Amino acid sequence: MATEATGSAESAAGMPQLEFSTFPNQIFWLVITLVVIYFILSRIALPRIGAILAERRGTITNDLAAAEELKLQAAEAEKAYEKALADARAEASRIIEKSRAEIQADLDAAMERADAQIAEKSAESEKRIAEIRESAVQSVSEVARDTASEILARFDAKADAKTVDAAVDARLKEGGMA
Amino acid sequence: MAEDTGGFAIHPMDQFIVEPLFGGDTVHWYTPTNVTLWMALTVIVVAALLIAGMRGRAIVPSRIQSIAELAYGFVYKMIEDVAGRDGVKYFPYVMTLFMFIVVSNFLGLLPWAFTTTSHIAVTAVLALAVFVTVTALGFVLHGTRFLKLFWIEAAPLPLRPVLALIEVISYFVRPVSHSIRLAGNMMAGHAVIKVFAGFAGALGVASVLPIVAVVAVYGLEVMVAFIQAYVFTILTCVYLKDALHPAH
Repeated sequence: MATEATGSAESAAGMPQLEFSTFPNQIFWLVITLVVIYFILSRIALPRIGAILAERRGTITNDLAAAEELKLQAAEAEKAYEKALADARAEASRIIEKSRAEIQADLDAAMERADAQIAEKSAESEKRIAEIRESAVQSVSEVARDTASEILARFDAKADAKTVDAAVDARLKEGGMA
Repeated sequence: MAEDTGGFAIHPMDQFIVEPLFGGDTVHWYTPTNVTLWMALTVIVVAALLIAGMRGRAIVPSRIQSIAELAYGFVYKMIEDVAGRDGVKYFPYVMTLFMFIVVSNFLGLLPWAFTTTSHIAVTAVLALAVFVTVTALGFVLHGTRFLKLFWIEAAPLPLRPVLALIEVISYFVRPVSHSIRLAGNMMAGHAVIKVFAGFAGALGVASVLPIVAVVAVYGLEVMVAFIQAYVFTILTCVYLKDALHPAH
């Protein structure tokens, strides 16, 4: 044990690695350390880490599958949406066409009615104008006859009513009023 | 350490001394030493990372859980790629080696830390464990056909005995290179950092230069800490592949 007692002092110059007296000590503690680490790893740490890694791989695989599924669903939904859109467009144009035809029909009917009313109104008006004109001509010939008779009376000229009427009619015809 | 001696006294190897934790000078095989302390810390860090870090068991991982899962996936994929599907059985074994080495290496980078993997006694046990396990596995799985590993049938017949000799020698050199590579890398880097730190203590104003060098070497060491753990693990996988599929 004397060499071991001076071991520290000696090794300051040499290599402590070659201090063989410390070998049993190092080897003893190393073996204990390795056994402890081995049991820690093989009993607790490694199975646990392996399980977590496997779980993660499983989760990732599942998530990828789910993502693929969702992608398919999304594509389907898009297709359905496109179809609904096309249907709606077709329906809309159909409704527009129908409305246009209806409106056109209404419009035509209204136009016809209006035309008929206008024609009726104008016929009535024409009739009344003709009446008024007729009565006006009547009045003029009456006034002319009376006036002629009066003038003749003032000149003491005798004239029968027949002659006067004929003269007035002739004059009116000449004037273009009849 | 070297800094407080005032003079130009650098003891870059002092950091590797194995000392009893609770006083005394003798280091029996059972004495709790700084080796015990730092190995216990390694166990605690491994447990904290791989058990406490995974406590959330989240599908979307937290940062610590990500690190734990990365470590798991890293080693798992390494075994699968190098040793094949049937190598996955030995995953806990390889993962134990990887976690111990990588955590020890990184813990060793803390100031005042003791780097357990810088000791040849530790790495030799690790490498011999791999060597013995792999050799035994080869014979258990394949019997004497395991020896075909050394008898290269692709080579011309006269060359085969020579090649067999070379193969056998290289096979037995494996644990040596396997262990010395790790311990050597760890020890050299830490010693270099300590040497530069000693210069920094002695140079006064000009100590800016060694401090810059310490920072640079420290960055390198962070890389080496991971790479050496990786190299040790992947070599373990390669040896495991030889045991599982001895034919070239």
